[in-house]
Amino acid sequence: MTFEGTGFGEEHDVVCEVVFNSAMCGYTELLTDPSYAGQGVVMTYPLIGNYGVCYDDTESVRPWLSAFIVHRLSDVASNFRSDVYLDTFLKDNHIPGMEGIDTRALTRTLRESGTMRGMICYGDSPDREAMKRKILAYRQEPPVPQVSCREPAVYGDGPVRVSLVDYGCKNSIIRSLVSRGCAVKRFPHDAALEDLLSFSPDGVMLTNGPGDPKDCKKEIAELRRVYAHGIPTFAICLGHQLMALAQGCNTYKLKYGHRGINHPVKELQKNRVYITSQNHGYVVDEKTINPSVADISFISMNDGSIEGLSYKNGKIFSVQFHPEASPGPHDTGFLFDRFLSLMGGDRL
Amino acid sequence: MSRRKDIKKVVIIGSGPIIIGQAAEFDYAGTQACRALREEGVETVLINSNPATIMTDRQIADRVYIEPLTTDTVRKVILKEKPDSILPTLGGQNALNLAVELEESGFLKEHHVEMIGTKAETIRMAEDRELFKEAMARIGQPIAKSIIAESLDECVKAAKTIGYPVVVRPAYTLGGSGGGIAADEQALRSIAAVGLHRSRVHQVLIERSIAGWKEIEYEVMRDRNGNCITVCNMENIDPVGIHTGDSIVVAPCQTLADRELQMLRSSALAIIRELKVEGGCNVQFALNPDSFEYDVIEVNPRVSRSSALASKATGYPIAKVASKIALGYTLDEIPNAITKKTYACFEPTLDYCVVKIPRWPFDKFIHARRVLGTQMKATGEVMGIAPTFEAALMKAVRCLEQHTYSLMDDTLKGLSDEELEEKLHVADDRRLWVVAEALRRGVTKEHIHDITKIDPWFLQKYRNIVRLEKEIAAGPLDEPLLRRAKESEFLDKTISKLSGKSVKEIRALEKKWAIRPVYKMVDTCAAEFEAETPYYYSSYGAQNESRAGTGRKKVLVIGSGPIRIGQGIEFDFCSVHSVWALKKLGCETIIVNNNPETVSTDFDVADKLYFEPLTEEDVLHIVEQEKPDGAVVQFGGQTAIRLARDLENMGVPLLGSSSDSIDAAEDRKRFDAILNRLAIPRAAGRTVFTCEEAIGAAHELGYPVLVRPSYVLGGQGMQIAYSDEDIAEQIGIINRVTQEHPILVDKYIMGTEVEVDAVCDGTDTMIPGIMQHIERAGIHSGDSISVYPAIGVAKEMQNKIVDYTRRLARAMHVKGLLNVQYIVKDGEVYVIEANPRSSRTVPYISKVTGIPIVPLAVGTFFGKTLPEMGYHYGLQRERSLVAVKMPVFSFEKLYGQDVSLGPEMKSTGEVLGVAKTYDEALIKAFYGAGIHKIDKGNVIITVKDSDKPEVLPIAQGLYDLGWTVYATAGTSEFLNANGIPTIRLHKIGEAKPDILDRILSGKIHLVINTPSKSVAHHRDGYRIRRNAVEAGIPCLTSLDTANAFLTCARHVENTRLSVVDITKVSAFLNRV
Repeated sequence: MTFEGTGFGEEHDVVCEVVFNSAMCGYTELLTDPSYAGQGVVMTYPLIGNYGVCYDDTESVRPWLSAFIVHRLSDVASNFRSDVYLDTFLKDNHIPGMEGIDTRALTRTLRESGTMRGMICYGDSPDREAMKRKILAYRQEPPVPQVSCREPAVYGDGPVRVSLVDYGCKNSIIRSLVSRGCAVKRFPHDAALEDLLSFSPDGVMLTNGPGDPKDCKKEIAELRRVYAHGIPTFAICLGHQLMALAQGCNTYKLKYGHRGINHPVKELQKNRVYITSQNHGYVVDEKTINPSVADISFISMNDGSIEGLSYKNGKIFSVQFHPEASPGPHDTGFLFDRFLSLMGGDRL
Repeated sequence: MSRRKDIKKVVIIGSGPIIIGQAAEFDYAGTQACRALREEGVETVLINSNPATIMTDRQIADRVYIEPLTTDTVRKVILKEKPDSILPTLGGQNALNLAVELEESGFLKEHHVEMIGTKAETIRMAEDRELFKEAMARIGQPIAKSIIAESLDECVKAAKTIGYPVVVRPAYTLGGSGGGIAADEQALRSIAAVGLHRSRVHQVLIERSIAGWKEIEYEVMRDRNGNCITVCNMENIDPVGIHTGDSIVVAPCQTLADRELQMLRSSALAIIRELKVEGGCNVQFALNPDSFEYDVIEVNPRVSRSSALASKATGYPIAKVASKIALGYTLDEIPNAITKKTYACFEPTLDYCVVKIPRWPFDKFIHARRVLGTQMKATGEVMGIAPTFEAALMKAVRCLEQHTYSLMDDTLKGLSDEELEEKLHVADDRRLWVVAEALRRGVTKEHIHDITKIDPWFLQKYRNIVRLEKEIAAGPLDEPLLRRAKESEFLDKTISKLSGKSVKEIRALEKKWAIRPVYKMVDTCAAEFEAETPYYYSSYGAQNESRAGTGRKKVLVIGSGPIRIGQGIEFDFCSVHSVWALKKLGCETIIVNNNPETVSTDFDVADKLYFEPLTEEDVLHIVEQEKPDGAVVQFGGQTAIRLARDLENMGVPLLGSSSDSIDAAEDRKRFDAILNRLAIPRAAGRTVFTCEEAIGAAHELGYPVLVRPSYVLGGQGMQIAYSDEDIAEQIGIINRVTQEHPILVDKYIMGTEVEVDAVCDGTDTMIPGIMQHIERAGIHSGDSISVYPAIGVAKEMQNKIVDYTRRLARAMHVKGLLNVQYIVKDGEVYVIEANPRSSRTVPYISKVTGIPIVPLAVGTFFGKTLPEMGYHYGLQRERSLVAVKMPVFSFEKLYGQDVSLGPEMKSTGEVLGVAKTYDEALIKAFYGAGIHKIDKGNVIITVKDSDKPEVLPIAQGLYDLGWTVYATAGTSEFLNANGIPTIRLHKIGEAKPDILDRILSGKIHLVINTPSKSVAHHRDGYRIRRNAVEAGIPCLTSLDTANAFLTCARHVENTRLSVVDITKVSAFLNRV
């Protein structure tokens, strides 16, 4: 299937995994979310770039996705905080863009056939056979090592100390902790338990990140040790999947993932529904959860898949969605408070 | 949680007559709610005074009371029906107020009736300024600061506390006069001085000015378990200061980043939690465009115009979900009606852009002040859906059915640059076109933004459209350019005008280059899930989603577009009923309409809904997509009628009367020929094109004459002319809009006006009933009090009317509905006009006679005869009840508009009074229309000389009943001389206090004033009438209405008002 449109950003050919996101706003956050590494993101909302890019809203140092596909790129950036046009931002960061296609038709294709590999090719008459070969040959390198930080860094100076493992961390996770009075030390993805403990933390934060969780074998092995240590731990997204894998669960790939900011999840214990921001292609397999190890705490209202686990040791809980929002609703920000009380931080 | 089993019978209060600020959206919400409750096996009892609504149908509610919306009515209905619950959040502000009043009086508790959905406490918290202020303070939500001041020094002090600029709002002045925005102390002193002077209580409100801020709305829902979601956010293109109902609105918000949006979303949810709303709620914010600062402007804990818009914009049925929540369900238990796979507990996401434009009545009210402000003036609205803002805007513009189908307005071309610049400073209904013209002339976006505060994003989009106009005009019209023009929703007609190519040539090019629209689905979820609901909009995209037909006979029903004066909710009633009737007959129904407020655009009314403009081109595209077997135009008002010939040209057979029948009714010559052949008399008349010809015709016929354009609805542009000057003025008005059709000049006959709606099966005709107007001919039928049955019309005349109607129907080859208006005078019956289509009386007459007029008409389309359907030909037996339909006006909202009645329609809505006797029905109708002081009070009578003898018995009657009569010199002398004591009032400016002071004193309950000349606006009478309506005093400008009022005054004390369940009345229907 071919869609013909117009290029923007930096025009270079790229092969990627094509996914769609149904958020109507928040493209800056999304572009700079490391979890999109290696993916070509299609925005279902047709008008993108309306308010340009506000640097304040970025979630990491640069965009990580492979390509950005929209129906209509705005020819005006109107917002009091707007720093730069979206087009310029993508050019500056060497990200190719494509506009002028029927994004709804593409989304329907992805919904029907599932997430698939695709290629953006510039030029008037691209060699379709060559494109096809490249797409078929494409294999994504494990992306976590690429997006994780190289060196540890400390944020905030609050009384509660958190060691954070960066699998592709969004700044908002750190902000959510620092604003609640935490001092956060961010470690690279392959940090050992000893490294984490060297910060004398009250708790460990496992972050979001890109790719197939099963590629992170070393990280999973290390999480087994974290679990065994029993330090209070809160895990989000990829972190949630890795901890589950570390505890013997399995993960599988969803047909077309959950990407958007309107995803309802239910907290089973309270029978309450929250609207959440989500971005994941993989999910923990419900059938592989050992009830003696963990309880399901949250499920998706849309497809019933697992959105959160609460471990029986009473020290670890994890969610598939993004309580740090950005973009999206702040309905589940209370989970950070919960993490703080788990660490005893609410008493400080 | 889940459905409460103790809720078995629910009273639902409707919103009453259509007035400005309260239109069809409540019929949509109420109808959806009733259906949702019925689905759950709940018995519904509906109270609404508006007979034109769908919610007051037997098919919708179990018990229907078309009664005045007063606490007295609701009390009686509760006593009679013994419901366990009352649902007050679906009928606008009226319904909320009524329910709260009953709750506060202890009546609800005493009779074990629970207020379900949002509770009284919540309503109080949202409505009471102080309680609201406290609630917002509790949760740290900002509201605009305001302080009441009673002296200049207090004003200055208040402004210092609040910070400049401030708004000065005088308390209790007419039309908000005497207020303004002050940027500094000097300005404040001069504005406040005037304000304090003008205020009756010498009091002004000093409020922080947030004019120029962005206005953002959120539609939120909450259930009793505390789950909250936002359905939609919307951005007003016009900044704060213009009522949201008068703003062009876009959904979703376009110019806000996630951070601002989440800030406001979190605020909206915090508010709905604090107020403990159970159901839907609308929260309006003002947002500083240069910071994160915001204010909560208003919270409405009920469904509203905005919730209707949000429902149609997203596909999320707010009223339905709110009703289920009221029954105890939680959001996670209610299925998403569109996808049927997900739940109501999610937030819709759009993959298109929606633009709403208000429909203002200034094409009819040419003397009304067009400036927009905090008082809403629009009667209706339209919505355009498309993938881009430009396209959605262009679609919405042509949905308006005004003089232009694009951003080009020829009337602005003649303005000098200076004049145009001046116009930019005026926020009125033409602003969109003025801004476009300024952009066209090269005025910069920045400059326009500085003046209008419209966000540069929107201005850029306007400019894109203007640039495209220029590109098309410059040519050549190659494939990319034509494609872009169509993607931006330029009509072929517009492209033709710009390029000089004919529409035919353009269509050939589109065919050659395969440029044609496809249809996309509104599915609440941006295609993430498969949706089952066939709700479509057109787009020039790659993939068509319109589902294949069912193989059943396909019928296209053309809707009636925006609500406007002369074409109201009645036509939506007829359209919806025709869809239901067609479905029953096994047809696949396809409806096309663009009014987000209506029931017809609810996604589960027809088998398919196309939310599209109603121009020939838009309909053609749908016809090409659907290839319908037939189309129905006779229910959609003039909007649909106008498409009759086009549809036939597209090869779609019209079901019911053909375009030729329509033409026979509207073409003066042909209609006269038919009348001549049938020997049916009508007022003599002429067809003319110029002013000179019109004056000539008037002289030939003799004054007074009726002057009007042909091919209009609602008497648009119709006036009685008494002189050559009147004619000249009138023709000038008509010619403001280019006329393709001639002008009609008729001899004016002053008699009793009578109206019938009839159903014809091609052989003969059935007449459900004859309606008689209380006001004599010369006042538009839509503005007259109409009585069924026609008790004042002699049997012999009635027989004549029936005979004429039957013969006319046959001669005009009518199939389906026919509306005929007659004048009865001196033993003769004259035809005024006959129209082979539905009319505004069809809903009311259907309800009071129990005869399903629309379904019968639909039956005739398929060859069924009336006897086959159970009705004999001719007039049906009179029902043993009297129904009085009374018009309701919105004059107090239309500054500058004369309130006197004439041949041009001015009412926005209607109420019905139903009772065993005429007197009781009439009293109910007056109550329903909001006239409560009837038994005795103070009346001002000032009438023109020729009316004096006639006003005498009215004045005498009122005086005898204990009314105090006030009058100005002429009338006073006359009445005194005839033995009626009056208190003489000074004429305007004569001496203080004059008549206007008296009107504003708050002690007058009624004004009877007849205008001395038809087209006079500069006279005292005009000011008296304006002041009366703005002070909320009923102003009767026809002595016939005044007579009817007197009848009520005589009987009101001895009449015990009943409440009538209209569904029971229909039970003793007289079948053959």
